[in-house]
Amino acid sequence: MSARLAVDIGGTFTDVAIERDGERWTGKVLTTPHAPELGVLEGVRVVMARAAMTPADIVLVIHGTTLATNAIIERKGAKTALLTTEGFRDVLALGNESRYDQYDLNIDLPQPLVPRRWRLTVPERLDNEGKVLLPLDEKAVADQVAFMKAEGIESLAIGFLHAFVNPAHEQRAAAIVRGLWPELNISLSSEVSPEMREWERFSTTAANAYVQPLMASYLKRLETGLRGGGFTCPLFLMLSGGGLTTLDTAARFPIRLVESGPAGGAIFSAHVAKQRGWGKVLSFDMGGTTAKVCLIDDYAPQASRSFEVARVGRFKKGSGLPLRIPVIEMVEIGAGGGSIAHCDALGRIQVGPESAGADPGPACYGRGGRHPAVTDANLSLGRYEPDLFAGGALKLHVQPALDALGRDVGKRLGLPPEMAGLGVVEMVDENMANAARVHAIESGKSYGGRAIIAFGGGGPVHGYRVAEKIGVNRMLVPSGAGVGSAIGFLRAPVGYEVVKSLYQRFRSFDVGAVNALLGAMSDEARRVVAEGAFGAPMAEHRLAFMRYVGQGHEISVVLPSRALTAEDIPVIRAAYDAEYTRFYDRPVPGSDVEILAFAVTVATVPEEVLPVADVADAPAPAALRVQQVRDTATGEVATWQVYDRPAMPPGCTVPGPCIVAEAETSTLVGPGWRCRVDGLGYLELTRGEAA
Amino acid sequence: MNALEKIQRQIQWNRLVAVVEEQAQIMIRTAFSTTVREAGDLSAGIFDLQGRMLAQAVTGTPGHVNSMMESVGHFLAKFPAASMKPGDHYITNDPWLGTGHLHDLTVVTPAFRNGAIVGLFANTAHVIDVGGLGMGPDGRSVFEEGLYIPIVKCFDQGQPNETFFDFVRMGSRTPVELEGDIYSLCACNDAGAKRLVEMMDEYGMESIDPLASYIFDASLTATLDEIRKLPKGTYRGTIKSDGYEAEVTLKAAMTIKDDEIVVDYAGTSGLSGRGINVPAAYCRAYACFGIKCVVAPEIPNNWASLAPFRMEIPEGCILNAPRPYPVSVRHVVGQLLPDLMMGCLHQAVPDRVNAEGSSALWNPPLRGGAQVSGAAAELPDFEIITFNSGGTGARPTKDGLDGTAFPSGVRTMPVEATENVAPVIFWQNQIRADSAGAGRTRGGFGKIMEIGAKGEAEFAVNAIFDRVANAPKGRDGGGDGASGWVGFTDGTTIRTKGYQVVPKGKRLLLKLPGGGGMGDAKDRDRALVERDVADGLVSPAQAKALYGA
Repeated sequence: MSARLAVDIGGTFTDVAIERDGERWTGKVLTTPHAPELGVLEGVRVVMARAAMTPADIVLVIHGTTLATNAIIERKGAKTALLTTEGFRDVLALGNESRYDQYDLNIDLPQPLVPRRWRLTVPERLDNEGKVLLPLDEKAVADQVAFMKAEGIESLAIGFLHAFVNPAHEQRAAAIVRGLWPELNISLSSEVSPEMREWERFSTTAANAYVQPLMASYLKRLETGLRGGGFTCPLFLMLSGGGLTTLDTAARFPIRLVESGPAGGAIFSAHVAKQRGWGKVLSFDMGGTTAKVCLIDDYAPQASRSFEVARVGRFKKGSGLPLRIPVIEMVEIGAGGGSIAHCDALGRIQVGPESAGADPGPACYGRGGRHPAVTDANLSLGRYEPDLFAGGALKLHVQPALDALGRDVGKRLGLPPEMAGLGVVEMVDENMANAARVHAIESGKSYGGRAIIAFGGGGPVHGYRVAEKIGVNRMLVPSGAGVGSAIGFLRAPVGYEVVKSLYQRFRSFDVGAVNALLGAMSDEARRVVAEGAFGAPMAEHRLAFMRYVGQGHEISVVLPSRALTAEDIPVIRAAYDAEYTRFYDRPVPGSDVEILAFAVTVATVPEEVLPVADVADAPAPAALRVQQVRDTATGEVATWQVYDRPAMPPGCTVPGPCIVAEAETSTLVGPGWRCRVDGLGYLELTRGEAA
Repeated sequence: MNALEKIQRQIQWNRLVAVVEEQAQIMIRTAFSTTVREAGDLSAGIFDLQGRMLAQAVTGTPGHVNSMMESVGHFLAKFPAASMKPGDHYITNDPWLGTGHLHDLTVVTPAFRNGAIVGLFANTAHVIDVGGLGMGPDGRSVFEEGLYIPIVKCFDQGQPNETFFDFVRMGSRTPVELEGDIYSLCACNDAGAKRLVEMMDEYGMESIDPLASYIFDASLTATLDEIRKLPKGTYRGTIKSDGYEAEVTLKAAMTIKDDEIVVDYAGTSGLSGRGINVPAAYCRAYACFGIKCVVAPEIPNNWASLAPFRMEIPEGCILNAPRPYPVSVRHVVGQLLPDLMMGCLHQAVPDRVNAEGSSALWNPPLRGGAQVSGAAAELPDFEIITFNSGGTGARPTKDGLDGTAFPSGVRTMPVEATENVAPVIFWQNQIRADSAGAGRTRGGFGKIMEIGAKGEAEFAVNAIFDRVANAPKGRDGGGDGASGWVGFTDGTTIRTKGYQVVPKGKRLLLKLPGGGGMGDAKDRDRALVERDVADGLVSPAQAKALYGA
């Protein structure tokens, strides 16, 4: 009856999806970077026409965008100043005083969003308990306002030491500035990211201030455009953490939108996992330039509170600006269809992160690309039918691909071009598998019993081999994978997460203080969610971030969503030991446990999704054709059957090795694997005992 | 070997690097000492049964890596591989069998597959406290510097060696952290061993020796190729450290040959009576790092890629300290070695080296409470160290980095985190204007730090600071970086090395050195000079004096 519409603005395409009563219409239009709302409105028009709907049919519009991220990467945000504690002018520049690459003498460090001339200090100081060591110099604040006006500052971040414990000085400084300059945008560290560690908190606050004028203006224009087009329904924004929020909240904390697209992809996977009743999956999204992996347990993508944006050093950890906001935890590496391969000084095959992009693209596009990309390597192995790639929309050329592989990889290693292609594909699969392994370690998780959900143009092609490398025996390729993020938006709950620091030790646990804090956090989150919940039931989720006293990294432990009592304390402590042991094999004797921070998430209860019932076996259709494909594990060429995905009925099974082709991608079913179409039309690949 | 096997060897090498990176990440996640978990003062690697390193984690710090590489051989000499059993873990902090001071623990763990030992995992971590005088230069022999752990088993077939742990617990000011760190080191080696066995199963490998040969051949060949590109000859350099009792001179004569680079340290100052002496392995570690950054930065560290760099270190010099000389703060001299190596290489490949930087970390170990003030103590006992850096040297085409660790690979700790674990207040921690050496490219700026105790109470610093009397030098006509300064906010200076009390009501003030500049300052892009002035990094007066702007 009621239709919902989702729009995801990506770097190249703006994706639109509409759903009503289980039926779905989708479309893609080119992104319009100068005025992104135009692309959105055009995409909406196209898909509305396709669905034969009018704006009155739509009850909710959900939107996600990379606009904030791009503004930071391209340095196109506002002229931003930072008002900070005297003596700490350079927190943004000094960072953690380290180099992200030990051996490269020529690295560039990420430049702060606020240059030093606009990093302004005022006398004030709190201690770690929030007590005032030095009162705020109010006249100094006023003097800095005069300077900012003279400099033409457009947005202000205020970040004082220990303000996450006591925001009084930040709030007073903001009031003084507002009194003198009411129209200036102001972001407070105690509101944007109220957590310990000054570099991360100030960086997040500065980034919020940096994108705020731009995002507020864009969101306003978009809203006006939609209203002008006859849409009267609410507009919600997708958050990096996987929830939805109102336009007003998004305009205040736009930094929380940075990773909304990938978050949509993860929610898409989580929903698919729930449809299948799979409690542990790995979401694997491989596109043209990057691959993203994300662990999903119990249908909830893994949450994190730290993220790096705008990495300057080839996706290297530590080369970006740190953001401390709720995000869906994922790893993104420079491994996509367009990633370029070469040999390094040691004759080792290296793949990415440089990408051939769309123009000239891989050598096989025949547009003048000279260097071999992953797509060229896949083609050289016989994985693609040159005339039928992307549903025949793009004709591929084998010879330029082989030439490029021979030139840049084969010659150096003494390998024929197609074996060079095998090397490139094995290496990119290995890189993705290694990223997935380290991600699991960093998350304290394992791959035992896990399934992969593969999407994006490359996920279904590379998925089975990555699965083999990390010891996974089951993989699913859902339908609609081309606009996965937009579909994910439609599945996201309206939700909001509040994180606050409050230091506690178990031997001196202050139940009253903790309950007061959690209660206030719960109220705050419920207020935000209520604006968009339309009376839908809400659920609350509470976490404590805990560690042994003296350790540096926390593990999250679930708390009951109610006031705690003294009886809860030993139960929580025991839950921590159990979690720790699960991650690291043995607990540490004799150590007390401390709590660093708490998180409260309030979200609307998602619609019930019942696991899909199994379907009866059905006969498989005849193969469309055969292809000669080289197996990357054995190097042997064999005849692989090719099936047409739309022609495969639910319940049919085809044995590997084979290829299941569709317009958007191809699913490779490796030797030893088999592929069955489930009741939803999803492809389920299994091997060995997982049958 | 067929084409597929050629490719698979590459995949396996790639996998080993991922395995040791996992090993390092687990250590960071489980370690207790801030030096490991916040600062990353650690290393991790995999070795063959001859004690040769195959791969090393990207995460880690150079001083550990190359010295840990030598360490595994010492473990094997005492406990031959054939005697090792599954679940065994071996440990030492012997400065001469490990990484150069008692604060570094090295743990070695055998990996077993189908009951046979197939390789060894090792790691090193800098822990907060091992008793003795504490981290500082004042010891007159290694025995004063703390608990001395010979190579022993800390776990015997999975069972903790309780006698060992009893000694450890009683020998440290921070027993819980120390014991927790040892558990962490063992856990991360176990994880590495598990992953290695998984890979061997996947590829049906009976031994890692063929893979090791391939890694060593490829690495050696590539390193030799790079060495051959350098102009042959002997190049000489000198650098000075402030020393403890007297100034220290480090001299090097680097000879680039067809198949190796040999560095002779003849003429270097003799041993110190205090803990700034450098054991030979640590000298080799930082010297190799300095050469490698310039000559072959992209070749991964392993036994073979480091083999062509040979050190001749005379007996009796400060870079070859014998037991039981004190060595606790060997970094303060050792971290100047990359600058010394680059001084030599500058004569061979001037467009590939940096000017001198602040180089030696400025880590103030702070202590307070009854250990300092006795019965009059106003504060609870505390012992803390934070890692800090001045500016790095200018680069041929880029400015140096402000307040950034080099050559060390450590990170600093947030002030808010430090103030949460100790009753200290940092009143300043920011860039020190006018401290960068001028040049066509300028040095990185140093920092200013002002530290007091809560309530302005009495506390103490174990000073380990350098480049106060010997500023980082510029190259090619670039100016020197500003030298360091150590004292109180009232202007009183204090010694750059050794335990000193900061009296009640006073605060410690540290001005960290800036990096040297490179090239003639008159050739610097005017726009960059103006930017630095607008940013308050260079004063108008200095811009005029140095750049003529």
